Amino acid sequence: MAGGKERALRRRIRSIQSTKKITKAMELIAASRIAKAQQRVAAARPYSERITEVIRNLAAAGAGEGSPLLAERDRVETVAYVVVAGDRGLSGAYNSSVIRAAERSMLHQREQGRRTRLVTVGKKAQSYFRFRGWEIDEAYVGISDNPSYEDARIIADYVTTRFEQGEYDRVELAYTQFLSVGTQRVTIRRFVPLDASLLETGDGPTADYEFEPAPQQILDRLLPRYAEARLYAALLEGAASFFAAQQRAMKSATDNAEELIVKYSREMNRARQDAITTEIMEIVGGAEALRQAQSDRTDLLVDHVLMAADVLTNELNPLSRS
Amino acid sequence: MALRVELVSPERILYSGEAEMVVVRTLGGGEIAFMPGHAPFVGALAIATATLRTPQGDELVAVHGGFVEVSNDTVTILSDVAELASQIDVERAQRAKERAEERLRAARDAEAEAALRRALIRLQTAGNLAAVS
Repeated sequence: MAGGKERALRRRIRSIQSTKKITKAMELIAASRIAKAQQRVAAARPYSERITEVIRNLAAAGAGEGSPLLAERDRVETVAYVVVAGDRGLSGAYNSSVIRAAERSMLHQREQGRRTRLVTVGKKAQSYFRFRGWEIDEAYVGISDNPSYEDARIIADYVTTRFEQGEYDRVELAYTQFLSVGTQRVTIRRFVPLDASLLETGDGPTADYEFEPAPQQILDRLLPRYAEARLYAALLEGAASFFAAQQRAMKSATDNAEELIVKYSREMNRARQDAITTEIMEIVGGAEALRQAQSDRTDLLVDHVLMAADVLTNELNPLSRS
Repeated sequence: MALRVELVSPERILYSGEAEMVVVRTLGGGEIAFMPGHAPFVGALAIATATLRTPQGDELVAVHGGFVEVSNDTVTILSDVAELASQIDVERAQRAKERAEERLRAARDAEAEAALRRALIRLQTAGNLAAVS
């Protein structure tokens, strides 16, 4: 029986079609989420810009010396990594590229005789590092899609507290920078101690400010906020990058599904055509055989049938015997 | 001549507009009012109500700590949490106040004290508005 192959292909096509529906839906959802995530990145920018400006003004007034978050350690023995990845997959290389980059960097630190510690954001980072046997100090899950400032505050607080207590000598922040919908880049940046260049008063003389309370006191309150804002920006950019990566991955999945459907449809049509051709050939062959039999008495079977028919006619019709 | 006022939280710009005068309370320094032409100023804010005086009337804002910067007739208030009086959920603030008081009865705890202070400021800010309207 032909058609077995055809049926199998038809089933295959139907399953690809339903997969395509899912990937298409995910693509559209991701696309709409990118826009929202991008807006949040943009909305968070004024705060960090202003806060940087205020820090510069404070530095110009002589504050900065002795702020715990700015203090470089003489000997860096323990480097902590904050790795910002996603909670979900189906996003191409988004999770694995940031995770791998962080892991490489940590191995590099170990080669130089430093200890590394690890704080993860996102289920994917947590499960990867746990599976590979890295010890995780703290794992934050369930916030990567839609990070709030409060989430950033909790994480920054955890890390900076450990830094101030001397448990960490330096903290690196690994996340995916969102440059545009088409471009995201994995970045590993120093988180604390905060970059001292922050205090450089670049553009000429700043106005003489009045301060209340003293500049140093304000700065000590301001720097933790600045660290939070930086971490918050990293979380937001990570979320935007995640959706961009997911949209791309789902788009190529949809395209592949389309290609497969075309390919299998062709194959299926050919199989069906083959089956039909075979059937026609059989019918034509049969009919041909029958026609030949009628016109050509040399056919043995037909000869016998005809002879038997003669005998029968004679026997059943005595009148014809003479 | 008016002051430009921006109220900026880490998540977004909460308020942007003009005012004739801005009154805030700094840490340890008490209340300070800014009017156009004020000298450049940077301060850390206490948990208190800030007032933006506009031609249309006073706009009250509950500011839960943060910073204020004044320069070139622009007042920028940077705050983790700040709420315009019209946005405050009075019922929620009331509940928060009761919860905090409950916890304070059981034990002295800095977090509950801060929560109580926040709730009181919210209620005070919103209460003034209710009295006006």
